[in-house]
Amino acid sequence: MAIKNLLGAIHDGLAEEMRSDGSVMVLGEDVGRAGGVFRVTQGLAEEFGPGRVMDTPLAESLIVGAAIGLSVNGMRPVAEIQFADFIYPGFDQIVNEAARFYYRSNGAWSCPMTIRTPYGAVPGGALYHSQSVEACFCNTPGLKVVAPTFPSDAKGMLKSAIRDPNPVLFLEHKRTYRLIKEDVPEEDYSVPLDKAKVHREGTDLTVVSYGLMLYTALEVAEKLSVEHGVEVEVVEPRTLYPLDKETILDSAKKTGKFLVVSEANLTGSVSGEIAAVVAREAFEWLDGPVMRLGAPDIPAAAFAKPMMDFFVPGAEKIEAAMLELARY
Amino acid sequence: MATPVNMPQLGESVTEGTIARWLKAEGDEVEKDEPLCEIDTDKVSSELPSPFAGKIEKLLIPEGDTVDVGTEIALVAVAGAGKETAAEEEPPAEEAPAREDATAEAPTEEFPSAGTEAQPVAEDGEKQHAVAGTRSGGDGLVEIESAETLRLTRSSPVVRRLAGEHDVDIAEISGTGIGGRVTKKDIEAYIEEREEEYETPGLKEEREAFAPPEPEAMPVREPEREPERERVPVYEGDRVMDLTSIRRAIADRISRSKREAPHAWSMVEVDVTGLVALRERVKEEFESREGIRLTYLPFIVKAVVEGLKEHPVLNSVWDGDRILLRKRINVGVAVDLKDALIVPVIPDADELNILGLARKIDDLVRRSRSGQLGPDDVTGGTFTVNNPGALGSVVSLPIINHPQAAILSAEAIVKRPVVVNDAIAIRSVMNLEVSFDHRVLDGGVALRFLNAVKKRLEGYGPESEIW
Repeated sequence: MAIKNLLGAIHDGLAEEMRSDGSVMVLGEDVGRAGGVFRVTQGLAEEFGPGRVMDTPLAESLIVGAAIGLSVNGMRPVAEIQFADFIYPGFDQIVNEAARFYYRSNGAWSCPMTIRTPYGAVPGGALYHSQSVEACFCNTPGLKVVAPTFPSDAKGMLKSAIRDPNPVLFLEHKRTYRLIKEDVPEEDYSVPLDKAKVHREGTDLTVVSYGLMLYTALEVAEKLSVEHGVEVEVVEPRTLYPLDKETILDSAKKTGKFLVVSEANLTGSVSGEIAAVVAREAFEWLDGPVMRLGAPDIPAAAFAKPMMDFFVPGAEKIEAAMLELARY
Repeated sequence: MATPVNMPQLGESVTEGTIARWLKAEGDEVEKDEPLCEIDTDKVSSELPSPFAGKIEKLLIPEGDTVDVGTEIALVAVAGAGKETAAEEEPPAEEAPAREDATAEAPTEEFPSAGTEAQPVAEDGEKQHAVAGTRSGGDGLVEIESAETLRLTRSSPVVRRLAGEHDVDIAEISGTGIGGRVTKKDIEAYIEEREEEYETPGLKEEREAFAPPEPEAMPVREPEREPERERVPVYEGDRVMDLTSIRRAIADRISRSKREAPHAWSMVEVDVTGLVALRERVKEEFESREGIRLTYLPFIVKAVVEGLKEHPVLNSVWDGDRILLRKRINVGVAVDLKDALIVPVIPDADELNILGLARKIDDLVRRSRSGQLGPDDVTGGTFTVNNPGALGSVVSLPIINHPQAAILSAEAIVKRPVVVNDAIAIRSVMNLEVSFDHRVLDGGVALRFLNAVKKRLEGYGPESEIW
């Protein structure tokens, strides 16, 4: 075991899979010689050569399209979209082609490909380096959307994503890249793509969250326990689509109070889907309104820090929402 | 034009009233303010003065029936134009026979006041049956509920499910959620407590059964056995007493207090030798001067009031997620009626001296016994003084007068040998107890309060002046 941050864990996961399986390769903007804009792929070009670590033009539709072609021809490509904000030129390739390839070919071809992309607001990120795009993809059967938060989960889930026979969109919250560190196993292991994780047991309310918000929610949960004696159960979906409804519902039924926190724009969000599942399936266990906390319907996290802080739900807002629900 | 008379709201938080007796019959003329009927509520009995002059056209509610506040109870043909104002000074309408369509014109479905329930009254005077209880649901009938009931029963899906599964009336539970909402934890605690309650008396009953008790033969009560209200067997010669509204009110309130407020209890002994001597010295003169007997109660109430000033937390109310400290000190005094207990209130007792308290108590006791208390005489209490000593009790464990935080009991004054300065002396001693809501306060402050009362009562000497 060694302490790793999220970047390091993802790097290790990639490198280990490339070592153990010659069909695994990476492609994307600046992933080769530059080692990636966040240094995730540093050293891979040297170790595996330009054939398996390909620098591509600034053309996301090409990156995804090439990965589809490679995947149906025996490779297991890991495509990197440098920032999730730039994924939209590849949207058609992901949603119309990759996700439906297996269905369209009546099971003749599948696309065992992974698309990694950093998402989420960072100071100064503003319009093109801040977006949370997950909702745009969580309405596409055939695609898996995963968003691990902690390094050891990320490494294990990246391995599962690479080994999965169908396309997986792998979201990494870039503000947690260096923020969260933990012991990450060095031996080969994988984390399944269909299991949510209960990070903290509680009895008073359930908070479901992922990414930076999960990290903040866990801190607030500890604070509430100490200051108010409120015990919050914190659940991370880890895979956003399809959801592990069972784990989420078990927790909702246990506490009867339910809050989803994410930094995506609230309207039409994954939070809405999670809330709907709970409202329907856990109705008779609910002791309060199903609540959501997210970003307002504003086009982007602003460049100015005060405006960004307004946009991204912070610890204060999360605490207020938790307390409101606890006291309801 | 027939105008409806509605069941009045006889005091704050009173939601229903019982027609004890009609004092007028159909066809009788009635003057404005002339008594129309006697109404029992859970707090008080009183006469309902007619709101206007006219001729009784129909008595809609039979004697003995209990209806919600605001329900129409009678139709009175008012003389003149039939407007409300006509009632003011119009002479009785001798020449105004009731018209055939009079009742149809009467505004039978109006809401008499905000937040209260108005059941439309059938024109033939047939008794209205409220649509099945709040729990039944399902039959598609909509019951118009009062705002208070709605607040108390507004509940989440899980609370409704648990209420259904355990046959609980949500309105009986005091909620700790926002706006008094009953939360999942509230109902779970209630169910647990209730099951414990049913457990114990059940075993007791079985122990008292005819068979000699055999521990291993004791039937184990099934936990899911629901409290279907089983009737106690009636044997030959037994008499069945229907509950009077005051008996039912006492039962409800006392049960509620015991159920909701965790009672704790403490007692001190008070040496009132000086007070006894004082009273002996002045009582005859006092009675001849003031026309009332001087009892110990005014002294106790005065000491209590001063104790409450020192320890205001005893003059408070538990309110779910907060405690309300009352500014006014309105002391209720328990009065024993032959078959009931009533607690008239001395408002602003802290503004009265011994004489003022004596007069007020004498007035309240006399009016309690003659049934002349009004609704305002029995509401608004913030603390209660119980005086079982008047009946010879030396120890009692009073139940708090819901929703107050505490109650004080003053016991009989008895002569006892006590040790004074290492010698045995005969002293007049009284036990003082307080039962308090342990959610609101703890034993420390309860005893400091008791000692504050004790100190004042022990401070009287034979020569003290009383005012």
